Amino acid sequence: MRILGLSAFYHDSAAALIEDGRVVAAAQEERFSRKKHDAGFPRHAIAYCLEEAGVSLGDVDHVAFYDKPFLKFERLLETYLAFAPRGFRSFSMAIPVWLKEKLFQKQHLKDELKAWAADYDWSNRLLFAEHHQSHAASAFFPSPFEEAVVLTMDGVGEWATTSVGVGRGSTLEMIKEIHFPHSLGLLYSAFTYYTGFKVNSGEYKVMGLAPYGEPTYAQTILDHLIDLKPDGSFRLNLDYFNYCTGLTMTNRRFDDLFGGPPRKAEDRLTQREMDLAASIQAVIEEAVLRMTRALAAETGAKNLCLAGGVALNCVANGKVLRDGAFDALWVQPAAGDAGGALGAALSAYHGFHGRPRQLNGALDAMAGSYLGPTYAQPDIERRLSEAGAQFRVVDDDALIAETADALVEGKAVGWFQGRMEFGPRALGARSILGDPRSPTMQKVLNLKVKYRESFRPFAPSVLREDVADWFELDGDSPYMLLVADVCHERRREMTASEQALFGIDKLNVPRSEVPAVTHVDYSARIQTVHRETNPRYHALLSAFKAKTGCPLLVNTSFNVRGEPIVCTPEDAFRCFMGTEIEVLAVGNCILRKEDQDENLRRDYKDAFELD
Amino acid sequence: MSFLAELWRFMRVRKKFWLVPILIMMVLFGGLIVMTKGSAIAPFIYTVF
Repeated sequence: MRILGLSAFYHDSAAALIEDGRVVAAAQEERFSRKKHDAGFPRHAIAYCLEEAGVSLGDVDHVAFYDKPFLKFERLLETYLAFAPRGFRSFSMAIPVWLKEKLFQKQHLKDELKAWAADYDWSNRLLFAEHHQSHAASAFFPSPFEEAVVLTMDGVGEWATTSVGVGRGSTLEMIKEIHFPHSLGLLYSAFTYYTGFKVNSGEYKVMGLAPYGEPTYAQTILDHLIDLKPDGSFRLNLDYFNYCTGLTMTNRRFDDLFGGPPRKAEDRLTQREMDLAASIQAVIEEAVLRMTRALAAETGAKNLCLAGGVALNCVANGKVLRDGAFDALWVQPAAGDAGGALGAALSAYHGFHGRPRQLNGALDAMAGSYLGPTYAQPDIERRLSEAGAQFRVVDDDALIAETADALVEGKAVGWFQGRMEFGPRALGARSILGDPRSPTMQKVLNLKVKYRESFRPFAPSVLREDVADWFELDGDSPYMLLVADVCHERRREMTASEQALFGIDKLNVPRSEVPAVTHVDYSARIQTVHRETNPRYHALLSAFKAKTGCPLLVNTSFNVRGEPIVCTPEDAFRCFMGTEIEVLAVGNCILRKEDQDENLRRDYKDAFELD
Repeated sequence: MSFLAELWRFMRVRKKFWLVPILIMMVLFGGLIVMTKGSAIAPFIYTVF
């Protein structure tokens, strides 16, 4: 049985195809359309999934959509009704969109899918799963657990903003929910907005900014904005928010509470924004920890699965794991809405059809999240030649050796290998790599390669077998969704004068043997690399270790600020020619910047709208 | 027609028939906005809407 899962029309459109419960392919539309967070119908992603499986849409048994439009519309109407006459402006903008398009999503889906199968019989074949059911299914069914508690948290789906399910074998039962407008995701987004970042994409920046600040506003948030109960359930005080009725997240009372208006997007970051980020991060961590402790006590379960946008908060995830309420934690790598496509398909297979689930020993069913397109070597060579690239073709051993040498020399290396990752993190298939021991690597990558804010930290990839020697973590973190501290013996304590430095200046102080991946609080967002799921990347890390004694590399996504991660060899070549990346390895092709035609260089810095 | 049938079934299952008069008012009102504006613009807080 084949099921195609779709998420679309809000943000991060995606498609995922499963075959007898096995994930065959999954990809986000933005990678093909080159529009970050593309919300359009995922026609390219669908085409890719069908091509990967070698089938047509007529061979697919069901198409499953990741949320229920009528339920969402019901929430919308009841929210406007509850706040009327306030919210007229928002209403006057939202309702026409719904009346023109969103209310007719089923027909819209049918019309779009007709492009692939004009005579397809849609009666009973188009299925809809609830938003949080999709998230929960994406968290439990691919996990390595026979039984687990499933916690999903995000901004909002239809009504639910937080939900709890219990998974056993091939069943997943949702047992409780917290409803809109009370939402941890929207609370975090309110601070994302207030600190001057873009809602829905800037949340990472708030999380990255938090270690520079002190949680001086945490008590204010707990006293005024959120009524947080001992079991982690909560209610927001809507007097301070504007998202139910207005076009902003926060209102004037919020400004008064925190002593000023929201920061403007490109204004300088001050200690106040850092303290605000630290405060909301502390509150979210407290809420999540209270919830997970209560769920462990209530259910007696040993395993926890997480999904939903809040589950991308890897700092909170790390604290949940270290807290020990659950023995094991698994987070869906595409925890945001893109993963809903996979969840909807799995929900249809195991839930609607009641088909059994096959566990894969200790391994999960995501195959390292390498579920996207790959390119055969002759195809890579043809594409690069047509793009005007100068390259050499080398064998596997030479590829690893030359790349490792370039990294040891301190070069920024583009690494494009195998199937593209599904989810927001680059995991060694579409990555830019660097030497983590270099004290200048972070600055170089931020300012000359990624063109992004200087305060933002980079994450390490580390050989799974060596992770405990470098970090206070002795488990798997294959999807870069756990944060743990650098081991004490690898650290270098900062002096008082160094502590007083700000932003990039503080980052420039070497804090450990691997300064490029050590955040100012000695934490690191870790990806463990496994031979079973990515043998080539594992070999590269092993070669780097053999040369340097260090089994780590800086791993950042292969893109610039505001650009979706590269998908094709041509995308990789364009990004290579527009940035200060010095060496590019695409399959078995090696490209060096000095060999390239100068005329192909382009101004890449301003090619994408800032995120 | 199938859309209206589905909407009817949805309201029956959800026990939300009290939304019908509001829905009609909003359809009329929203229709007016659509006609006067010509195009619909999505609000920027798309997490919510």
